Amino acid sequence: MPEGILCNKKPVTTKEMLDALLADKSGKQYYEEMKQLDVDQKALWAAIQKSLKSRTKTWLEICAHCGMCADSCFFYLANNKDPKQVPSYKIQSTLGELVRRKGKVDNEFMIKVMDTAWGKCTCCNRCGLYCPFGIDMGVMFSYLRGLCYSQGFVPWEMKIGAGMHRIYRAQMDITTEDWVETCEWMAEEYEEDWPGLEIPVDKEDADIIYTVNAREPKHYPEDLAEAAILFHLAGENWTVPSEGWEETSLAMFAGDWEACKIQVQSVYDAIDRLKPKKMVVTECGHAYRATVIEGPYWAGLKTGRTPVESFHYVEWVAEMLRTGRIKIDPAKKIKEPVTYQDSCNYIRNAGLKEAAREIMSYIAEDFREMKPCKEHNFCCGGGGGMNGVGRYRTQRNIGLQVKRDQILATGAKLVISPCHNCWDAIRDLEEVYKIGIRWSFLKPLLIEMAIVPDHLKPPEDE
Amino acid sequence: MYEFVTGPLAWFAFAVFFIGILYRIVWYFRGLDWQADRVAYTEHAAYGLRGAIRSIVYWIVPFGSHSWRFYKGTTVLVFAFHIGLLFTPIFLRAHNVLLFEKWGVHLWSMPEGLADVLTVVVMVAALFLLLRRIAYPQIRILTNLYDYLLLVIAVAPFVTGFLAHHQVGNYNFWLIAHILCGELWLVAVPLTKLSHFILFFLSRAQIGMDFGIKRGGMKNKGMVW
Repeated sequence: MPEGILCNKKPVTTKEMLDALLADKSGKQYYEEMKQLDVDQKALWAAIQKSLKSRTKTWLEICAHCGMCADSCFFYLANNKDPKQVPSYKIQSTLGELVRRKGKVDNEFMIKVMDTAWGKCTCCNRCGLYCPFGIDMGVMFSYLRGLCYSQGFVPWEMKIGAGMHRIYRAQMDITTEDWVETCEWMAEEYEEDWPGLEIPVDKEDADIIYTVNAREPKHYPEDLAEAAILFHLAGENWTVPSEGWEETSLAMFAGDWEACKIQVQSVYDAIDRLKPKKMVVTECGHAYRATVIEGPYWAGLKTGRTPVESFHYVEWVAEMLRTGRIKIDPAKKIKEPVTYQDSCNYIRNAGLKEAAREIMSYIAEDFREMKPCKEHNFCCGGGGGMNGVGRYRTQRNIGLQVKRDQILATGAKLVISPCHNCWDAIRDLEEVYKIGIRWSFLKPLLIEMAIVPDHLKPPEDE
Repeated sequence: MYEFVTGPLAWFAFAVFFIGILYRIVWYFRGLDWQADRVAYTEHAAYGLRGAIRSIVYWIVPFGSHSWRFYKGTTVLVFAFHIGLLFTPIFLRAHNVLLFEKWGVHLWSMPEGLADVLTVVVMVAALFLLLRRIAYPQIRILTNLYDYLLLVIAVAPFVTGFLAHHQVGNYNFWLIAHILCGELWLVAVPLTKLSHFILFFLSRAQIGMDFGIKRGGMKNKGMVW
């Protein structure tokens, strides 16, 4: 069987295709079909020849096989220093081999490649910091995922996720109506406690366009309300777009570059339509990476920058605390030891470590750094789509041990994690390893700690 | 024989070396693609340059990067090896004498004792780099025959030169062997993985530009390598 019904080389573009995939619980049939999926060797080699440029060719060619990337990889450390987890080995035995064989590889090889590209690498890019030649194996694995995707060798959840973006312009099945209704609902729900609270949709010329992670309207709508409350407290003139509100990109994790472009373009269109002064992105790492850092390139913006300047939520919070537009009640600062999970996507790969430290200086009395931290921090263990792929759950849980040990070493029981993937991974590591920690986004903590000016308080009961 | 290896063959080796390196540089830069690499190289050239310089400087200084500090032993080996490998042939008295005879110019010459020390350092460091490949499973799994061959090519001029200089056995034999090995070294630089002679700088500059332009360099003081 060259092409399966569910597992094939075609991207998911219709609701029917999506529903069929979703109905196949855990991708059982999907992975069965994958075992029969043909490799289009000619197309694969053509794709490689077209896209493999001097940077990546050089990376593959000059790797000195020195092994200095080994200890940079949390999978290597978590798996008792298994040599097969050395980043250089992982990429040389997959992409390197693919190039050496000029695309002449079989089904079995491609499944091995998939299991390495998604199951042994989260594209955290830490190895790139430890290679003397600056070989970034995370970048290469992301590239390799694109090749896998084009051949249909992609984990079931990633295929679905990329399809969601193509159909809904969001990683989940949320229609424009659902989204706008959620905004209205949340504003109403919290209006009593916060008189004048609103979530303005499609307001033109606002100072801020706020964009989110689809999980927020779908599973944690209170997060949206909390964002509104904090904007309200700070007196911001802000809006959310009715369309183009989704920052995340499972398409990026899937290697579906066309869907990546479709997704970020929807956000940039919203910016063009509403003409805000700047964009603020919710507490998500890969969302910021996708739409702010990588997105402009997918969309063909030569400046490499979003149409208006964009800020991660931590940058906005740092500014509000610095300028006193949000004031913290000293009595309510976090007294207990607290640590901060540096997300690979907006710290290592977008340089925002100082904003995070600035926030901690305002809200925490006993802030403890993980070791290593900042741009050298280890991945939470769930990045790059890892959290979402059932096929690699065991590997994911093994990988979590590195983060577990890092957190334990700080002595803190509270982990602040302004990134959805890190937040999930830390929640799951508590579930698996039961080390007695709590974890939180910034928003609920800030609302607890902020001084509310009298004019924003609800009227006293008569 | 001596005339041939120091005449036409030497010209050939040097030509391959210089033209090959030049080709590598041109090929590398021409292959950079702002959209495929997702780095707006030319739009933010100043940030790119800062990133590139930082990326090279922190890595060319011993213990300058986190990684060099993490792998202390390897760092000592790598720097000792490369310093000896690059400085000895350029500032060796015998080479300068040859240069003077041919072209009437010469560079500063290092004392012979220092040259001897550096040569031994190269050979010893190479031996440990070799043992490292065999001893550690995480390096052994990466290693193939090509890696050993390159190590041999890199060190052969030092071994043969050392033997010739100290007149161990047949001087003429070792001298010719030394010259041939040196020429092989020159040819191998652009044609093999030894091209990291130049590609180290280009690759480091590229990743420096990536971090300097796209991945945070425009919002902070620069990547802490």
